[in-house]
Amino acid sequence: MIDEGKGRLFSLIYRSYMAVFLLYLVAPLLAAGVFAFNDSLFPALPWQGFTLDWFFNDTEPKLGMFHDERLLRGLENSLYIGIIVSAASVAVGTWNAFLFERSDFPFKRLLYLVMVVPLVIPGVIIGISILLFASMIANGAYAVFGSSPAWLRPGIPLIVLGQCSFLITITSLIVAARLQKFDVALEEAALNLGASRYRALFTVTLPFLFPAMFSAFVVAFLVSFENFNTTLMLVGSDAPLSITMYDRIAKVGSTPVLNAVSVFLMVTSGVLALLSVLVQGKRS
Amino acid sequence: MRSDSGKLALILFMAPFILWIVLLIVLPQLGIGYVSLREKLGPRQYTFGLGNYIDFLMEPIYWNTLLRTAWMSILVTALALLVGFPVAYYIARIAGQRSRSALLLFCLIPLWVSDLVRAFGWIVLLRESGLISGALQWMGLVSGPVEMLYNDATVVIGLVYTVVLFMIVPLYSTLDGMDEVLLEAGYNLGGSSFTVFRRIIVPYAMPGVVAGCIITFMLTAGSYLTPILLGGKSSSWFTEQIYNQFITRYNWEAGATFGVILLGFTSLAIWLGLRLTGQSLATTVARS
Repeated sequence: MIDEGKGRLFSLIYRSYMAVFLLYLVAPLLAAGVFAFNDSLFPALPWQGFTLDWFFNDTEPKLGMFHDERLLRGLENSLYIGIIVSAASVAVGTWNAFLFERSDFPFKRLLYLVMVVPLVIPGVIIGISILLFASMIANGAYAVFGSSPAWLRPGIPLIVLGQCSFLITITSLIVAARLQKFDVALEEAALNLGASRYRALFTVTLPFLFPAMFSAFVVAFLVSFENFNTTLMLVGSDAPLSITMYDRIAKVGSTPVLNAVSVFLMVTSGVLALLSVLVQGKRS
Repeated sequence: MRSDSGKLALILFMAPFILWIVLLIVLPQLGIGYVSLREKLGPRQYTFGLGNYIDFLMEPIYWNTLLRTAWMSILVTALALLVGFPVAYYIARIAGQRSRSALLLFCLIPLWVSDLVRAFGWIVLLRESGLISGALQWMGLVSGPVEMLYNDATVVIGLVYTVVLFMIVPLYSTLDGMDEVLLEAGYNLGGSSFTVFRRIIVPYAMPGVVAGCIITFMLTAGSYLTPILLGGKSSSWFTEQIYNQFITRYNWEAGATFGVILLGFTSLAIWLGLRLTGQSLATTVARS
């Protein structure tokens, strides 16, 4: 009897702990979200009534995020960078997956380890290494040709390269995991039925890999969109949204338009993550 | 025997991988190492040596920042393990089938929200005119506004928040595979709950613990946003030093030196973690 009472008390404490933990998880997200809809100039209590001004209003002082030129330009840059980065990472990642799953070459195990390494290099260091390397090439080009290409200076091309350098690892791992499950007999059947190697690849193998490629694309896009550490070191005059928002927080402090951006980011990544889960679930 | 054309095909097949690793990872990292060994004598005049590293050791502000970052990262990793283990255990072993996937999904939500939004959320909650300060005043517990930002406790809470999910996920996946029979055997042999926990659950979860700790430590030591936004000017985080040297002071030699030191430091921690538990990097990273 005593034991049972003890067990019940323990389970009660355990459940309360879980409840407190979940509260800890959502509290800052709720705080960031709720005040996007407060009709006040500051993201703080008291509650002044519901408004969508921080999204759609077109006049100061309550300039909504969809009329804020700098935020919109940041969003545009982020989308542009995100799409290029994820497309490139998925392409190279799929290629790597075939390389490691389908062929044999010297030092394969060592090279697999090398492929994983970018994930354990801190983002700030990836950023400065790309910056330094690009400037060394630029200096070399200047010494030889008397001029150096503009894309080697901080800006979108360097951001793309910096983000790709570690995202390719992630996309390679995601696609390789799916390729491992592929039954080679299916491909052989297609070849036996007279399909060429390319036809077999495009009608049998790649459709099988599609869910993994899609989810790798979504993951890469989200990581690129939210990346800060690597991007900070490589940013030029075209800042993506994460940098623009950081500047705003650091210089202006908190204004409800940043809460609106937060809501927008949370909804977008939620929808994308859900989409990726749905595609994976449907196909497999 | 492999024919020449087969060799050529293999080289072409490997080309994207090699280009990626060499151009975006290996050469840039060697570049930092090279610049860190370069000492500036005057405009466009350099000599090579360990001068930048000696400067680092001679300047207490620099290595104190590194020690502070290291110590805070260890603290954050330990706290994340302490906070995350019961949560992972609950989701994997105690919760029913239905609430399990709901809980897991719920725990993953903050993972998809950017660092910036999370840090901003903490600012809205904790600053002088923020929610918690307001609630405390409303309840009459304090008489004036309380500033809860810009101190070490807040930085630690914010960092644990950012990384705890990377602890829970690997812990969950190892604990999920544990057979109930193991626990029953432990109890049948007369073990107390504590003994079962110490002798069965902990050793079983060890691979997850190592994976979680490595990722958590690396993310914390390399983090930039949370310590700066929640800790303010006094946060003195090592990544901030790197940024200052590189971007603000344009002293690339010192910045590269700091970069090499941070990379060496996190690599050492990862190596130690793997060594102590006999795991390999490939399986550990792939698991998470």
